[in-house]
Formats: sequence, structure tokens, C-alpha cells
Amino acid sequence: MLKIKDLTVNIGTKEILKGLNLNVKAGEIHAIMGPNGAGKSTLSHVLSGKSGYEVTGGSVTYNGKDLLEMPAEIRAREGVFLAFQYPVEIAGVTNVYLLKAALNAIRKHKGLSEVDAMDFLTLVKSKTKALDMDEKFLYRAVNEGFSGGEKKRNEILQMAMLEPQMCILDETDSGLDIDALRIVADGVNALRSENRAFIMVTHYQRLLDYIKPDFVHVLADGKIVKSGGAELALELEEKGYGWLEQA
Amino acid sequence: MKTDMSWLNTFRQSDLTHFEQTSFPSQRLEDWRYTNVSAIEKKQFALASQIEKLDDNAKSRLAAFTLNDCYHGIFIDGFFQASLSTLPESITVCSINEAATLHETLLAPVFNQAIESPHGFTHFTNAHFSDGIFVCINENSQLDKPLQIIHFATQEAMSATRHVVILQNNATATLIETFIGVETQTYLTSSVLEIFLRDNADLTLYKVQQDSDKAYHFGGTYVQQADNARFTHHNFALGSVLARSEIISHLETGAQCELNGLYLGANRQHLDNLTRIVHAKPDAVSREYYKGILNNRARGVFQGRIVVDEDAQRTDSQMNNRNLLLSSDAEIDTKPQLEIYADDVKCAHGVTVGQLDEKSIFYLQSRGIDEDHAKHILTFAFANEMVDKITVPSLHDCVFTQLLARFPEGAER
Repeated sequence: MLKIKDLTVNIGTKEILKGLNLNVKAGEIHAIMGPNGAGKSTLSHVLSGKSGYEVTGGSVTYNGKDLLEMPAEIRAREGVFLAFQYPVEIAGVTNVYLLKAALNAIRKHKGLSEVDAMDFLTLVKSKTKALDMDEKFLYRAVNEGFSGGEKKRNEILQMAMLEPQMCILDETDSGLDIDALRIVADGVNALRSENRAFIMVTHYQRLLDYIKPDFVHVLADGKIVKSGGAELALELEEKGYGWLEQA
Repeated sequence: MKTDMSWLNTFRQSDLTHFEQTSFPSQRLEDWRYTNVSAIEKKQFALASQIEKLDDNAKSRLAAFTLNDCYHGIFIDGFFQASLSTLPESITVCSINEAATLHETLLAPVFNQAIESPHGFTHFTNAHFSDGIFVCINENSQLDKPLQIIHFATQEAMSATRHVVILQNNATATLIETFIGVETQTYLTSSVLEIFLRDNADLTLYKVQQDSDKAYHFGGTYVQQADNARFTHHNFALGSVLARSEIISHLETGAQCELNGLYLGANRQHLDNLTRIVHAKPDAVSREYYKGILNNRARGVFQGRIVVDEDAQRTDSQMNNRNLLLSSDAEIDTKPQLEIYADDVKCAHGVTVGQLDEKSIFYLQSRGIDEDHAKHILTFAFANEMVDKITVPSLHDCVFTQLLARFPEGAER
């Protein structure tokens, strides 16, 4: 589904990613772990099309297409979804309008008609309930005044509504207490399917107790320096990242 | 002119003399430094005349802005249309020309009393007004539905109207001023409204200026608030190529004044908003919140002045002006001013000028929404904060529709 080859990325003149390789197939969950400053957030931003990053080399192929050529909204319509580390607060725009506008943009891209108002409402209410969110959240401004946990749940709600193929979770566990973490993890686990892949970017192993990855990669100094199975995360938890960076 | 309107003619004559001496205001005057009105003089408009009938196009435009849950006072090119109007019967309301004779005892003592700093446009309007509305609501009475005053311009001409509203002690009312014109017509509409709120009276006034995009507009609202009177104003400046709006209110003890505004400029529109709130006596409260959105080469002006007289102890006043510039050629001149002569006061003011937030645009794009649509959503949301304050459903719907036409798909219909 996603092939990242020798990817190098600069912010200004500083090289952040220094030849990153990653291959993600449908149905897989990949965890990307690493110390602060290794380039984890840069990777998720570059994949989702955020501006301010200069790709200086390498390629990213998504379902056979050049992902880096696509504007951010086309990537989203093609099924790439970024769950933000810091979801943005948008005053005056209701959650329900954002969800509907986004869903319709994606449907239009796929050649489908706009979603029926009643069907939409039924769908969004059931997804909201599944994430243990009050329906009132739908009519509040996007993320405005939400707690950290509520914001992250809201990201998962959007993901559940938009049904992307390639989900990128950027530090989704940060700022979550254990109850919120469980709800978010349940939401993600409910979305696991053989047609969908996940990249979970995380500093800590904690999230992986709840969402079991198929692969764990260590990102250090702009490259993947070690890959393994779920057990690698436990090893990192025990030893830290230092032994890998020196290697 | 009828002879029994002589008292009014005396005023007209005096204003005519002033206007002939000074003409429209020059930019040398501090209050007019950001707005050049010389284009109006160059147009050499003739005074509008009464037209026989509206064509279908004009009729449909008028119908589109006539609110269904209100009373109506309709002026076409400045002339009162009794047959098109539906005025409430429970209060004193009629054209100002009628009131000059019928209600001289109410009108003559207050006429011109609320206009604190007259200038070319107030002189012009007083000298040349064709008609206007007179409203007086008795003590302890309430107007059961909003009264919508529609100013509809159809001719390439200038028209002036003059209005007086009196709310006696404990009276309550909602008024709506709607300014429209035949699309693409060039004209000048000039309107002066004086409002007298007696003790504990409560007036909510909406102004929707949706004149044609080639029109010139002047609208002055001058208010006197007696003890504990409440005045709430919602000012929407959406149309015209050059518009000047003035709201000046004078607050006695315990009065409350709330001024909300939204100016929405595009292309080469110039939208000037002057407000002045004078706290003359103690314990009055004022809240002012104006927002501006300027696109293309549009220019906005906000001059907000709060004056706190020596007597006005325990004044509580807040003024806020927020601006969104959507293009690098758009301009805002914002000048909040506090003049405080009392020592025990609480006054705050703030101004912001900014662009749409890049992070918010990207967030929406990352959900599949394209950049233009994302910008419409965010701009609509910025403006909608003011539209949401409208509590008359049909008016809310009308302004919401106008806003949506400017920023398509900015919100759900």
C-alpha cells in the first residue's frame, strides 16, 4: 500500500530525514518509535502533505501513485488520514459540519453522491456513542475547549467516519490518561481490517500495550535503525534508545 | 412644503445654509481622515423623485429583503410608500412629514437634539430629506413584532431620509433598518436617525446595509439613553462602494449600550465605521464588538471612541475590534480611542488584525476539504459570530444567506 524509499527531507537547510525506507502492506500495523528529534513528526507531516518541508530525495508511493505529488486534500480523499498530535481548535466551525463537509468531499472524489442527511446523522451518532463521546460534542466548535483526551477521541471519531485506508497516528497517546487511552485504543482496534493499514508514531511503548503492532521500527537521526516485531518495543522500554543510537 | 411645518422648515433652512457653506466633509477633519467622499460630489446626483411603479426586477429585490415576521415601513428613493407598508396600530408611527403636524408636540422638542457633532452629511440630510419615519412608543408599552424600515433605491439619484424614534419610560421595541437598491444602480442614500430612550426603555436596532455595489451610503444613528435605558445595535455593512456608518450614543446613569458590527468588504469597497459612546453619568455599561473582513482591494475603517466624563464614575466599558485581511492589497485603518476624565472606571479595549490561520487551513485540508473551501469555512465562521447574535429569525436567515453567498459552502444551509 505504502512504499517509502530513501526519503530525505529538509526543514530549511537542516536535514531531518536522511534516507528513510518503509514498506507498509494492507492490514498491517507499524509502530515507529524513537527519541525526541529523530524525525517522527516530520515523517507523519510529510506523508499527510503539510507545507514547510522540502523533500530533497527519495520517493513515496501510495497504491501505486506518487503520494508526494498530491495536495494534502487529495491525499485525504485517496484515503490517507493523519490523527494529529496537537489537533487544531477551530472557533465557529461545528464538528458535525466538518465531518459532513469532509465526508462529502471524499465521496465526491470517489464519484458518489452527497451523503443523505438522515443517514449521516444516524452514522455519526453511532460512531460518537462507540467512542463514549457525548452527542453534544458534535455541535460544539471543532476541538475548542476540549480536554486533551477529548481532542484525541475526536480525531478517532473523524477517522471512523472517513474510513481511510492508511491511518497515521502521530503521538496519539500523548496527554491521555489510562481510561482515555483505552477508549482511543478500542476505537483504533475496531477499525483494524485487512484493507486498512496503520502507522503509529510514538515515543512510549505504553500505547502498544493496547494496540498490538505487527512491526516495530526505531527511527533515530532521520533513519530507521532497527526493525522487529512487537517484542522490540519491550526491549526499547527496558534499555532506552541510547544503545541503538550509538550502534 | 406645507405652511404648518414651519418649525421644521426653520431647521431645514439652517442646515441648508451650513451645507452650502461646507458641502460634504473633507479629509482634513479628524473624523474623516480615512475616507474621501469627493467621488460623491463628482457624480452630481440630482435629488430623487417619486416613481410611479416598480418593475418586476425591482419588485422581486424588494420582496427578497422584506421580512415576513415584522411590520414594515417602506421608502422608495426616500419617499414613504403607505400602500406597501404595514405599520403597527398599537403605537404612534407615521411618516415624519405627517408627524411634523400631527405630533409636533412630541417631535419638535427633540428634533436635532441627539446630533452632537453635525457635519456635511447630517446638514445635507436635514436640508434635503424627502421623508422619514416617526415612531413613539408610550410608557410601559411594547412593540409586539419588530418594525422593519426598508430603504430601497431605484434611481441614479440621491435621496435623504430623516427619522426619529422615541421610547418613553419602560417602553420596549425592536427595529430593523434595511438599505438596498436595484443591483448595479449608482446612487447616494443618506439617512439620519435620532433615537431617544427614556428611563429604563429598551431598544434593539439592527442595520443591514446591502446597497448596490456602485452605491454611496451614509447612515448616522444618534442616541440619547436616559437613566437605565438599554440600547443594543447590530450593524452589518455588506454593500455599497463607499459607505460611512456612524453610531453615537450618550449614556446617562446606569444606561447600557451594546454595539456589535460586521463589515465585509471586497473588490474596491470602502467601509467606514465611526462609533462613539459617551458615558456622561455614573454606572453605565458599554460593550462594543466590531469585526471586519476585507478582501481584494477593499478598505475598512474602524474609529471607535469611548468618552468617560468626569461625572461618570464606575463606568464599565469594553471595546474590541478584530479584523481579517484576506488579501495583501486589503487595508484596515483601526483607531480605538479612550478619553477618560473620571478616576474610578473599568475600561478595556483591544484590536487585532490578522490573516486566516495556516494550521486551521491545513487541518481542514487533511480531512479532504480543498483550500478554497477551507478558507470559506474559516472566514464564514469568523463572520458568523456576529450573525449568530441576531435574534429575529427571518433577519438571521436573510443575513446568513447573504454571508453564504459571499463564502459559498462556508457553513451548512
